Amino acid sequence: MDRRPVTDFATDFDHCDPTFVADPYPVYERLREQCPIAHTDRYHGVWIPTRYQDLAAIAHDHNNFSSHTILVSELAESPHELGFHAPPITEDPPYHTEMRRMLLPAFSPAVIAAYEPITRQIARDLIASFADNGTCDAAKDYAQHIPIKVIALMLGVSGDDSVLFTGWIHRLIEESPLAGEAAFDTIIEVAEYLASHVERHRLEPRDDIITHLLDSTHDDGSPLTDEEIIGVCILLLLAGIDTTWSAIGAALWHLAQHPQDRRRLATDPNLMTTATEEFLRVFAPVTMAREVANDTTVAGCPMKQGDRVLLPFPSGNRDPDAFTDPDTVMLDRAVNRHFAFGVGIHRCLGSNLARMELRVALEEWLTAIPDFELTDPGAVNWSAGQVRGPRTLPFAFPVSVAG
Amino acid sequence: MKVRVDPELCQGHNRCVVLAAELFDVDDLGFAQAITLGAISPTLESKAQLAEANCPEHAVVLED
Repeated sequence: MDRRPVTDFATDFDHCDPTFVADPYPVYERLREQCPIAHTDRYHGVWIPTRYQDLAAIAHDHNNFSSHTILVSELAESPHELGFHAPPITEDPPYHTEMRRMLLPAFSPAVIAAYEPITRQIARDLIASFADNGTCDAAKDYAQHIPIKVIALMLGVSGDDSVLFTGWIHRLIEESPLAGEAAFDTIIEVAEYLASHVERHRLEPRDDIITHLLDSTHDDGSPLTDEEIIGVCILLLLAGIDTTWSAIGAALWHLAQHPQDRRRLATDPNLMTTATEEFLRVFAPVTMAREVANDTTVAGCPMKQGDRVLLPFPSGNRDPDAFTDPDTVMLDRAVNRHFAFGVGIHRCLGSNLARMELRVALEEWLTAIPDFELTDPGAVNWSAGQVRGPRTLPFAFPVSVAG
Repeated sequence: MKVRVDPELCQGHNRCVVLAAELFDVDDLGFAQAITLGAISPTLESKAQLAEANCPEHAVVLED
């Protein structure tokens, strides 16, 4: 698609610009220093705060910043106005609060811990499928499949439908800023797929999230509508896949190029807790969005009702006012209030799951393949839009060690 | 040193529990609370400081 090149990111920001997608960090660094709240007339007008403090303030101010817009696109209406409801992420209190409380127990630390053994087995099986080759695409052959298989299991849909899921994510999340109304064809396709699964669960209840939703009730005792159940399932199916895939891929991309960090992690497993958070900080995949609900001012910048706001957590996570030496990966970083999962009432519902998947994916990889390299750094391509991660990672490694 | 979690600020990130399981516990919804009401063991003070320094909501509070 022909895009007008960006003249100045401070006044003409475009999160889909190819040079920005290739390496957004120098752009964010300049903005934080020179124009901490950037703007663009693209996408019907968007504000882009880049400093940690402003991002945290907006994320916490759910009264003035509504979640009815979470994806910034060429469409003039918000996705919510067009009927896209994926509670709780697309909602505001009090409805958001009620739906979130219904879902939180399904993603509590104790529930997620129970999924660790199966996640470990999934990672081992994936590694076994390419270990004898001495090469693999760590994004396509490994990182991608772990979150897909786990969330399919948790929801109660088939993990064999992964090609469908990744196609939807590509069209809905990566291409949607430019896709316009075509994005809605994808939403309808996802909704129809999930509707058939909900129907099947209604006839045959199982121990999974779809059955949990069918058994759940609102605070007034009424059951969830099919529309609500499908909306929640759209969120749970799509939100955890490319995000976690991105985090696993970016961490492996770093480790492939930093043998010292690789060896430290392989020899000192106790580092994994802080290292996981450090990878989430420095390679935070998600940029959220909001729309201004009431006229307000942020750091002297007047924002009007209806304006769109991008929340680039990846920029805040590299703000030198919040993190020492922010562009350096420190596996044992002690002070790390990163917000890769957002902050405030919309903190990522699946953060315990994502963190477990990232840790297990790295542990299993390093156990089986302690030494590996990126064979063609130029071939690594990063996804565009509001989720950033490597979609191709050509790796090579010694077969004797891996087998 | 005493530790507590401000329930008004905690959003269930679970960072404190991951870093200092001896000091924090979470409820069914994932919101954290301190296990010990009184002074904590001096050997756990560095873990308490780590939990405080990693809470994105500034919900972990340390008191002398």
